Amino acid sequence: MKGYLRSDGRKGIRNVVLVAYLVECAHHVARKIVQTADDRAVQLIGFPGCFPNEYAFSMMRSVCTHPNVGGVVLLSLGCEGFDRESLAAAIAATGRPVETLVIQENGGTARTAEAGAAAVARIRAAIDRQPDVDMALDELVVGTVCGGSDGTSGISANPAVGRCFDRLVEAGATCIFEETGELIGCEEIMADRAATPELAAEIRAAVNKAARYYETLGYGSFAPGNAEGGLTTQEEKSMGAYAKSGASPISGLIKPGDVPPTGGLYLLDVVPDGEVRFGFPNISDNAEIVELIACGCHLILFTTGRGSVVGSAVSPVIKICANPDTYRKLAGDMDIDAGRIIEGRGSADDVGLEIFERVQRVADGAQSVSEALGHQEFILTYKQFEPIGPSCLPV
Amino acid sequence: MSDVRVVLLHPDDNVLVCCGAGRPGDRVACDGESIGLRESVELGHKIARRDLGAGEDVIKYGVCIGVMTTPAAAGGHVHVDNMTSKYIRSHSRRRETREGTRS
Repeated sequence: MKGYLRSDGRKGIRNVVLVAYLVECAHHVARKIVQTADDRAVQLIGFPGCFPNEYAFSMMRSVCTHPNVGGVVLLSLGCEGFDRESLAAAIAATGRPVETLVIQENGGTARTAEAGAAAVARIRAAIDRQPDVDMALDELVVGTVCGGSDGTSGISANPAVGRCFDRLVEAGATCIFEETGELIGCEEIMADRAATPELAAEIRAAVNKAARYYETLGYGSFAPGNAEGGLTTQEEKSMGAYAKSGASPISGLIKPGDVPPTGGLYLLDVVPDGEVRFGFPNISDNAEIVELIACGCHLILFTTGRGSVVGSAVSPVIKICANPDTYRKLAGDMDIDAGRIIEGRGSADDVGLEIFERVQRVADGAQSVSEALGHQEFILTYKQFEPIGPSCLPV
Repeated sequence: MSDVRVVLLHPDDNVLVCCGAGRPGDRVACDGESIGLRESVELGHKIARRDLGAGEDVIKYGVCIGVMTTPAAAGGHVHVDNMTSKYIRSHSRRRETREGTRS
């Protein structure tokens, strides 16, 4: 595989230029700049809120300095609460080219869009000169998420991803699974797989936190489509989701923005700490994908039963369809047909190997289906987290 | 009448998962016996592997995924009308009134 070497030693599998708006008021201008570039490697991200938030800042910093990112143009209206100077300084400190455009100081929409297009072109020219380097499997970070789950997810696509994760972990790669709220009911089984008893206690505490959080909200992470697809309870959905984690020992528990220090399998705790303050932990699947990317994921394995079509900015999304009926309806959006397990045309091992091989091809530059279709979703909202405890990471 | 393929995910399970849609009277092969479906079920839905009583744990993947609220005979559909969560009960009740959140 080929990668792009960054100053922190990490390597990227893409060389993206981000155009990042720092408040919704700058979104349109940022989008115009991306549209003008008309280049798949120039991508739009942003944070819509005007009020400052430590989590949102750290997520924007993590994504803007992600190994798949080569340079950044920041779009500010001028009066929003986001600390644009600190973000620009953090990006510049990594050696990446970064330019900040303030709409109120640049003559408004048309002039800022024009200046932004020129900034993108300058950054493109600078990073295109960067040579690529060899990249090994043990330098890869892969995340997994499920969306639109049904009764097939937990018996086809999710176990197949689990087999792929086992192969990746064995090869020294880093794998991240997540959504503690969607793992309610699996806490004891997960704790049994923890590398240390202290980590086991942290995992139990994280799932209990998720259960309390969702209880306060009055909803679990369970949609009407889940029930139509045959899932009846949160813990049933959890067991299906849990199958994505495979069978490796759990090396650590991280929170959004924490980059795992070694290879192995990590659980990402996405449920906020403290009292319930900003609403649902993650308002949609892409909010989870953004958090996985903030933890350094180069690519995302997305399993779906009902049929999701999303991709993501920054990191390619590989979609694994669990349900054979859905695959027939949405084949043009899917990378992998895991429904063949249900129809007796292959085992979870077969499909796991197919995913493992696809991961390496996409990491080596081949486009995933959602990438080729131009999907570049991104969403970031308000949250709050405390730092992880001392027993959460391998020593 | 036709055969519906099902999977038994774990030997301890008391439910089976349908690998295709089935209609009443369709046959399901399980434990060397043939069970008749009692109602229409869709792909991915669960049917009782044996008679299940109210209050009995529902076992899938070898673990408890909820509890029966009313009985189901072998081959009966096991879903929101006869079972519920042991965890987020308030949510389960809401979901049954067609409220809920994302997947």
